[in-house]
Amino acid sequence: MHLSTLVEMIESGFEDRVLLQDDAPLTGAALVARARAGAATLADAPALVYVGENHPLLPVPLFAAALAGVPFVPVNYRLETGQIHELIDRQPGALVLTDERTAERLAPRQAVRLLDDWLSADAPVDGTPIAAPAEDDDQVAIVLYTSGTTAAPKAALLRHRHLMAYLLGTVDFASAGEDEAVLISVPPYHVAGMANLLSNLVAGRRLVYLPAFSPERWLDTVRDEGITHAMVVPTMLTRIVDHLGGEPAAASTLRTLSYGGAKVAERVVREALAAFPSTGFVNAYGLTETASTVAVLGPEDHRAAIESQDPAVRGRLASAGKLLPTVEAEVRDDDGKPVAPGEFGMLFIRGEQIAGEYATGSVLDADGWFCTRDRVRIDADGYVFIEGRADDTIIRGGENIAPAEIEDVLLEDPTVAEACVVGLPDEEWGQRIVAVVVPRDGAEVDTEALREQVRTRLRGSKTPEEIVVRPELPHTDTGKLLRRVVAGDLAESNTPS
Amino acid sequence: MSRTLKAGSRLFSLACTTEVIVVKAPAEEVELTIGGVAPADSVDARPESPAVADGHEGPSVVGKRYVDEAGTIEVLCTKSGAGAVALNGVLLGIKDAKPLPSSD
Repeated sequence: MHLSTLVEMIESGFEDRVLLQDDAPLTGAALVARARAGAATLADAPALVYVGENHPLLPVPLFAAALAGVPFVPVNYRLETGQIHELIDRQPGALVLTDERTAERLAPRQAVRLLDDWLSADAPVDGTPIAAPAEDDDQVAIVLYTSGTTAAPKAALLRHRHLMAYLLGTVDFASAGEDEAVLISVPPYHVAGMANLLSNLVAGRRLVYLPAFSPERWLDTVRDEGITHAMVVPTMLTRIVDHLGGEPAAASTLRTLSYGGAKVAERVVREALAAFPSTGFVNAYGLTETASTVAVLGPEDHRAAIESQDPAVRGRLASAGKLLPTVEAEVRDDDGKPVAPGEFGMLFIRGEQIAGEYATGSVLDADGWFCTRDRVRIDADGYVFIEGRADDTIIRGGENIAPAEIEDVLLEDPTVAEACVVGLPDEEWGQRIVAVVVPRDGAEVDTEALREQVRTRLRGSKTPEEIVVRPELPHTDTGKLLRRVVAGDLAESNTPS
Repeated sequence: MSRTLKAGSRLFSLACTTEVIVVKAPAEEVELTIGGVAPADSVDARPESPAVADGHEGPSVVGKRYVDEAGTIEVLCTKSGAGAVALNGVLLGIKDAKPLPSSD
């Protein structure tokens, strides 16, 4: 199925319902009228690039591209100017829309148009030619550049059929009440930002955009706008919880708060549950290449984990929940054979929403399986526990060691706010384990005591040879820990001079 | 009137205001009706005073999915109306689905 069908569903199903709010409220019919007018400007453009912050009318360019049958390419405005130019150059002939701040940086090297100007110039007038809806659901709908922490950014392709399979498989059309509103604070160039926009429009929920995140602004907007749903990345959740400092959030309208995109410290989830007592929490796991979410830990799981005395049920707070019923999974060992139930291995997934494709070609195997490169185990009840990226595994003296296992022990210490464990080259062991910890506010970290804790809980071979205390750790702006940067810095500072 | 349906096709009732989209289509030609009348492929074709045939009362409710017992067809209602969707003369039933928590 094609996104243009969804656009038509929104046009007729939410004709009179307010879905967006810019200077004036926009109904479903008005949103689609603008998208049709926008599509008419794309006759000669092979793609629509947007590089800028979230915008209250972001669905207009996305839908315009869908109706015109060309890809929507949201580019990270936080990148270096040179990198942005390079990514735009990969879409020759595209219409490039931007916001004011980014436009200043890109001119005069690149021909760009302000999104605001495009929206007002192309506001629908009577007799505006209506673009015929595109039909071929094998067309590329959205191109997302992966964060590229190790190499040049890769262009992940999501075709219409992947996105529609995800949306129709997970969201009930028109299931939201007229009073519901979602606060979107995830940037447009992240798969969660795109999924956030689309899922909530399918449900018929009003979208409220937070242009730049701060915990104060986020909480104020939730209270002022009567926000009922929101999705945040882990760094945002941590900042909200730390900002509240143990006080209740006083956000009684918030029914659902979902979080995902990277690992969240259990401490943060527990504090968040306490601060938002009437809110249902959802942890979502997914990748760009899987067209967003493939596993969810729902509100009941969160509540049960907090209330239960059963360690297995309590431990689920650290899981990514259960796979969607529309997704198949297989956990395989290093030889590609399925592991015994409950054992760790590499997660492979398959399903209609799984794109697994880059501009350079598909990476699905002959049977349609996508290798997530995440090491996981799935317990007897179907809960998925993510250990970490396979590429981050430390091999010390022939033993495979997952950084997450050691980090979890370090994070249990009340003096530790953040932890990152990496393997550094070692002549004797191949790799040795080094941990970097960030102290919690005002706390003093006793690194020897921490090492002893790991030795007691795990074993000697998993005890970091060295623990370094740092004021902060590097993250991507959506909260992913940049392990390679940490390892690179450590290797450099450890080089004997 | 028999026809081949396609996933993604939108159908507009000529007997009421119901609109559906085909989510899963049967492989073979079928006779599909909404409110007892074969639907149109566009909204322009609607008659002035539509009427639902006896035995084909719904209502069809927006957001609900309708399926046959054999699971050969699934349609999603995108606009509510008085008539029911029927496959080869047999009314479709509501698909029972446990909603997933909103993950985004």
